Amino acid sequence: MDTVPTPSQTVGPFFHVNLTTVENCVRCIAGPQAKGERVWLSCRLLDGAGEAVPDAMIEIWQADAEGRYYAAGAVHDGAVLKSEDDPGWRGFGRLATDQDGSCEFETIRPGRVPGPGGVLQAPHLEVALFARGMLKQLFTRIYFAADPANREDPVLQLVPEDRRETLMAFPDGVLAGKWLFDIHLQGEEETVFFEV
Amino acid sequence: MDRTTKNSAGVLQYMRPDPGSQPPILYEPYRATVLRSPRKPLIFLPHTLSEVTGPVYGQDAVGESDHDLTRQHSAEPLGERIIVSGRVLDSNGRPVRNTLIEIWQANAAGRYAHVNDQHPAPLDPNFTGAGRTLTDEHGAYRFITIKPGPYPWLNHYNAWRPAHIHFSVFGAAFISRLVTQMYFPGDPLFAFDPIFQSVPDEKARQRMISRFDLETTQPQWATGYKFDIVLRGPEATPFET
Repeated sequence: MDTVPTPSQTVGPFFHVNLTTVENCVRCIAGPQAKGERVWLSCRLLDGAGEAVPDAMIEIWQADAEGRYYAAGAVHDGAVLKSEDDPGWRGFGRLATDQDGSCEFETIRPGRVPGPGGVLQAPHLEVALFARGMLKQLFTRIYFAADPANREDPVLQLVPEDRRETLMAFPDGVLAGKWLFDIHLQGEEETVFFEV
Repeated sequence: MDRTTKNSAGVLQYMRPDPGSQPPILYEPYRATVLRSPRKPLIFLPHTLSEVTGPVYGQDAVGESDHDLTRQHSAEPLGERIIVSGRVLDSNGRPVRNTLIEIWQANAAGRYAHVNDQHPAPLDPNFTGAGRTLTDEHGAYRFITIKPGPYPWLNHYNAWRPAHIHFSVFGAAFISRLVTQMYFPGDPLFAFDPIFQSVPDEKARQRMISRFDLETTQPQWATGYKFDIVLRGPEATPFET
């Protein structure tokens, strides 16, 4: 059989009837018992006119507080499955944006994961965006502003210095543990997206 | 023997599809892409553990009749009953086992059970249009549903989407995840649909069209359509020793 990947197509405007029903969306990436520093991550998605994107879906994938992925499928070289002593761990989140283009995940700050060249990556979350007007998902990453590990992160090194800030979540400044991450699809502050 | 491509941290690199085989980010005939497509070049990312691992999701939540969209209400929905089946494989031809497939679709009149779809076609109280299933050990799946109708949209004057079923598939890696649409053979709307036409290669577009299948068609009950899905897999190049 043909082994060229099937083309992607947009999720369109009606995915809510299945993908983000109350049962199927995942606000809490890390269950209440998961170890680590608890964070509430508020994401906001803006289009090329600076308007909120109210009909997008955001998916998150991240390591646990010790930098371990609880992965599906075959164990990849170097992949570390979750240890049994971290109940409630999930690593995956999925939410629809609201009228303000926003959604808020509850999780823990991930640990450092091995990267290319044996260098540890800084704490980060993988992000995939799906929406009407996106023929395929867009991939970006969320890092934590002012984390000292960011300086040596091998992926951030690939990004021009003046654009690295677009990959940072910033502390809310009012609510402890709350972080804000704005995603600009276009414009001066256009977020860095990755070709994966 | 096989030589697999790894980066220096020992992470398998996933294959990258030819540009013509996937839609571009910006495709102006599909108007909503204009304000929703990044304009700066994407940054090439060598795959790390973060990209090649992926979630275990939905396995425990799939109900016994979630794959049968005709049995989710007190009576049967109106429309042409169909069986949609196929396999999920990776680009090395290996079955993708035990992975979640989620589908959603319009009813036989072309209307979604969604508040934002207000076009004047009837809702069907016996049809929600949402289904879930897991692939088996051969990567095979099967849904029972009704054939969706085409529906109008506002992209351009007299715009109609060809009949389709949305498919969302996970696979093993966060980057193998695929959301696509399954179309039906011979749809007269293909030529006028910018979403279908956004895929540059003619051959690649054909991969989104299911085929009628007499073998899975059940006498006196339902017609069968086959739809195989290929996800990106790890790169593996033959290597002579």
